[in-house]
Amino acid sequence: MSDHTGAAPGYRPSGTLGLRVEARRQLARRRTQLTLGFLLLLPLLLAGAFELGSARTDPGAPGLVDLATSGAANFTLFALFASTGFLLVVVVALFAGDTVAAEASWSSLRYLLATPVPRSRLLRQKFLVALGFSALALVLLPVASLLVGWAFFGWAPVRSPLGLTLGTPQALLRLAIIVGYLAVVMLFVAALAFLVGVYTDAPLGAVGGAVLLVIVSNILDAVTALGTLRDFLPTHYQYAWVDALGSTVTWSGMARGAISSLAYSAVLLLLAWRHFLRKDILS
Amino acid sequence: MGARLRGLWGSRRRRVISVLLVLAVVGAGITVTALAGSAPVRREVLSVPVGPGVDGRPVRLDATLFLPGGAARAPAVVLAHGFGGTKDDESADALDLARHGFVALTYSARGFGHSGGQISLDSERYEVADARRLIDLLGRRREVLQDGPGDPRVGFAGASYGGALSLLVAGHDRRVDAIVPSITWNDLGQALFPQFAAGAGGGVFKRLWAGLFFGVGSAPAAKQPAATPCGRFAADVCAAYQQAATAGTLTPAIRDLLKASSPATVLGQIKAPTLLIQGETDSLFPLSEADANARGIAATGTPVKVVWYGGGHDGGAAETGRLRTLARGWFDRYLRRDGSPADTRFEATEVSAGLSTTDSAAAPTVRTAPGYPGLPGRPATRSVRTSLSGEPQIVESPAGGSPAEVTSLPGLGAALGALGAGLGSLPGQDARFDSTPLARDFRLVGTPAVEVHITSSAPDATVFAKLYDVGADGASSTLPQQLASPVRLSGLPADGRTVRISLPAVVHTFPAGHRMRLVVSSTDQAYALPQTARTYRVSLAGDRAMVSPSVPLQAAAGVPGRLLWAIALVALPVAVAGGWMWRRRKRAVAIAGADTSLAGVPLVITGLGKAYGDGFRAVSDLTLRVERGQVVGLLGPNGAGKTTTMRMMLGLIRPSEGEIRVFGHRVSAGAPVLSRVGALIEGPGFLPHLSGRANLELFWRATGRPAADARLDEALDIAGLGSDVERKVRKYSHGMRQRLAIAQAMLGLPELLVLDEPTDGLDPPQIREMREVLRTYAGDGRTVLISSHLLAEVEQTCSHCVVMDHGRLIAHGSVGELVGASTSVAVQVDDPGRAAAIAGGLGATDIVTSATGVTLTLDGTGPAALLRALVEAGLAVSQLAPQRRLEQAFLSLVGDGHE
Repeated sequence: MSDHTGAAPGYRPSGTLGLRVEARRQLARRRTQLTLGFLLLLPLLLAGAFELGSARTDPGAPGLVDLATSGAANFTLFALFASTGFLLVVVVALFAGDTVAAEASWSSLRYLLATPVPRSRLLRQKFLVALGFSALALVLLPVASLLVGWAFFGWAPVRSPLGLTLGTPQALLRLAIIVGYLAVVMLFVAALAFLVGVYTDAPLGAVGGAVLLVIVSNILDAVTALGTLRDFLPTHYQYAWVDALGSTVTWSGMARGAISSLAYSAVLLLLAWRHFLRKDILS
Repeated sequence: MGARLRGLWGSRRRRVISVLLVLAVVGAGITVTALAGSAPVRREVLSVPVGPGVDGRPVRLDATLFLPGGAARAPAVVLAHGFGGTKDDESADALDLARHGFVALTYSARGFGHSGGQISLDSERYEVADARRLIDLLGRRREVLQDGPGDPRVGFAGASYGGALSLLVAGHDRRVDAIVPSITWNDLGQALFPQFAAGAGGGVFKRLWAGLFFGVGSAPAAKQPAATPCGRFAADVCAAYQQAATAGTLTPAIRDLLKASSPATVLGQIKAPTLLIQGETDSLFPLSEADANARGIAATGTPVKVVWYGGGHDGGAAETGRLRTLARGWFDRYLRRDGSPADTRFEATEVSAGLSTTDSAAAPTVRTAPGYPGLPGRPATRSVRTSLSGEPQIVESPAGGSPAEVTSLPGLGAALGALGAGLGSLPGQDARFDSTPLARDFRLVGTPAVEVHITSSAPDATVFAKLYDVGADGASSTLPQQLASPVRLSGLPADGRTVRISLPAVVHTFPAGHRMRLVVSSTDQAYALPQTARTYRVSLAGDRAMVSPSVPLQAAAGVPGRLLWAIALVALPVAVAGGWMWRRRKRAVAIAGADTSLAGVPLVITGLGKAYGDGFRAVSDLTLRVERGQVVGLLGPNGAGKTTTMRMMLGLIRPSEGEIRVFGHRVSAGAPVLSRVGALIEGPGFLPHLSGRANLELFWRATGRPAADARLDEALDIAGLGSDVERKVRKYSHGMRQRLAIAQAMLGLPELLVLDEPTDGLDPPQIREMREVLRTYAGDGRTVLISSHLLAEVEQTCSHCVVMDHGRLIAHGSVGELVGASTSVAVQVDDPGRAAAIAGGLGATDIVTSATGVTLTLDGTGPAALLRALVEAGLAVSQLAPQRRLEQAFLSLVGDGHE
């Protein structure tokens, strides 16, 4: 009837809560569908805004926003620049923060754990799926922006505010680097939201709490009086991807950002695991 | 429950408090930093008598002394304003210095503001002498630190006109201890008649800038009712300007006059450590002026630090905060002598080094090198040769100098750059020589030089050399900082002359793939141009190569990458090790747990206890055993610890003491043996956005077990939801969810079924049905454990019963044992006395008579026989009901406090 672990036939701890099962559980949720749908819609909104607005150029040095309508790739860069600070943070925090907290609020968490899905495995699978959806969002936005930008503004080489132009292969390579770097940076947001989500049973609290902490970090980053202390803020290198728009990619800022994000993520995830493995499930 | 919640809130509150504490500490740090420099500052307005004016009349200077709080004597800094300004322009800097403990003195130079006298362009006899009187004044003030009698500890700082004054005063007066001149000239002749061809004499008159200057200086003073063409200029200066503006050439007389106003003459006498700040966006006093100053001062061994910042007379990035900090640091080091290490690093701002992270526009980056290149003891610059190509080209210089190209207009250089380089090029007026596309990025720091051969249709030639950055597409081009190097050649032979031209000094990175383009053009709007037409022929000379310096620069200190790496190297292994150790511990527990002698026993609980963090004990010393085939009721009032016990059985809560074994395996979080347990605990838990069927399917798939083992259809039959299983759970009633939850617990027909309050929310027929289901379920040798606070449910459903109260086991046995074999009956009847007698006749015992009926125990006789006997005796029986013995037992066990 059972092996030495006393498990039911066919039960293996490593077979529980497969990634596809968890992905299906999450994908069926309205919030997942709405979020992903919104990321598809956003480029249309932006393109519409550019079409509607009059072409007024600021006298200062041009930024990505001034070059946004020069072609699909520039439009995509602007969409990414506009989303980095808040939209992507919210999306990633939503996927990562709500995944455990929502189960707790539905009371389904205890049934998964009693099945049993080993706690560590539950966290791992849920975090991986949350990362998967975050990555999907991160890819969806630039892909949709490229397509929308192409339709509205045509295909043109990337124009960087530094006065450079980059041909199509380079532009696509740079976009890939940028999205890859954003994925690493957003790992911190995911880990933070995941940690908060493991602590609380309120999904909104998890997402809001994580976003709040990211905003606090951004605000502190704006306090120049903190000097080099700011380099230790987890969001300090959030925008380091603009270094990918030089004639050659400057890696130092992104390398620091990646290290910072990975280090913070490791600590936050360790705390999340530590708490959840010891936690009394009362939800 | 309340205590538990309070406990959770308590720990959460502690966490919130600790977060707030961290924020408070950070905030306090910021506040302290901000407040540290805000001691009260006293101002004293002075009218300082100085030497007479050019016209012989007495002159007084309008000055303000800024005195820091505190009694200690402080070093003093004199702040000199720029041309056309007044002492008020320096108030912000003065306040800042005074807040940091310096005595600051601002004053309006003679000829400006409310001071008297005439403008003599920083001449030794007037403006420099005035500054020395101010040092005398500071030497008499008791607030000022003194190095000796009449020798105050004093520094000078100023921009442009004030910067040159700082240099000149330091050259003429040894009492000056440190100076910070910024955006100023070395040789006013070279600045106003720039010449960038080596050894070629007087240059091209900087018409627009000079006119602007003269315009500012010739505005009449407030007291002078009648305007004269010279305004407040001294007559000799005024005459020189008028001559230069008319002729457009540097005559020896003008050269001598401007020389008297130039720090170049006194550099060798400057002993005061000098911080030279020069703007990169400055077509009036370009970087080459500061370069000459730095070399001249450093030649005598005086410490010199050079800073190139993004701004200048043409605008650009002001970097006010950074420059103020640098100047203050310089005075701290050399006036206050605070022992801070000497910092003579060269700092340069690359204006378009990268993109700003706030608006994604090109943003400046400050970079440093160990010292200013070219100074004694400093490493020389690295030179890069760039070959240029291009045939000799004909360049026309139009009559009257119009139309003229526009590169930089006074104060507008940066703005012109943003407009694009289109204005900077007119057909037929320039010669272009391109490099090949660069193989890699090249950061130019300083002045490139190139040899060019120029012939002219006249005996002279006036040209402007510029270095463009041309994009990979060949069409887009930028002129870094909009700077041009004017060249004026005179006495040219018919076959022309080869000259070495210094191009404008810039900090600019030419990206890989771009070209460097040397442009030699014949006109520039900002300069005096020949009035008659000329034709030039421009060709590359020498080895047709441009020599460009580059200084290895480092980005200004952030967090060293090494520190970040160290953090990462600590954080990552700690995380990995933490996870690994936990897994190991977990596995050890799982293997240690099995007890084969109990393999057939569904549930054994030994000495189980649970105390929550706040001290609340939910369960104490609970020991019980459940055998195969039993339907066990876990009975107890609300709060008796039933749910806590069940949660511990499922590994959701860690017991404080004791252990639980299921089929001999010790239960811990996620113990594999739990796969043989089905559960409904404290209400259903479903994904609201999925249908009932999808919920069960996904739940089963989450177990990872074969789909065939689920017996999904049987479970759905038990739930009895019909077609509603396809609806979303969100739309279900409470009872429907409860039934679905029971079905979920039964998925895979687990050997031990644990149901917490299963009949909650069910209506009576469903409850009856459920009882049947559970009995049948246990009939197959499976085991069911039900918790309930309802007696009837347990009595009617269960074979065995466990009674709990206040977390303790009160009774444990079969329902029969607890109830007893006999049956108690309560009868409501119109004549209790007669009924008691009849019952006694039938052999009933324990007869208790009340006003409305009797209670008795029947032995052997059934209730039907009693009823028949009572009715036959003519009694009116209104009710006959079996009396709940278990209820009595329960109430007596747990006491009366609960009902």
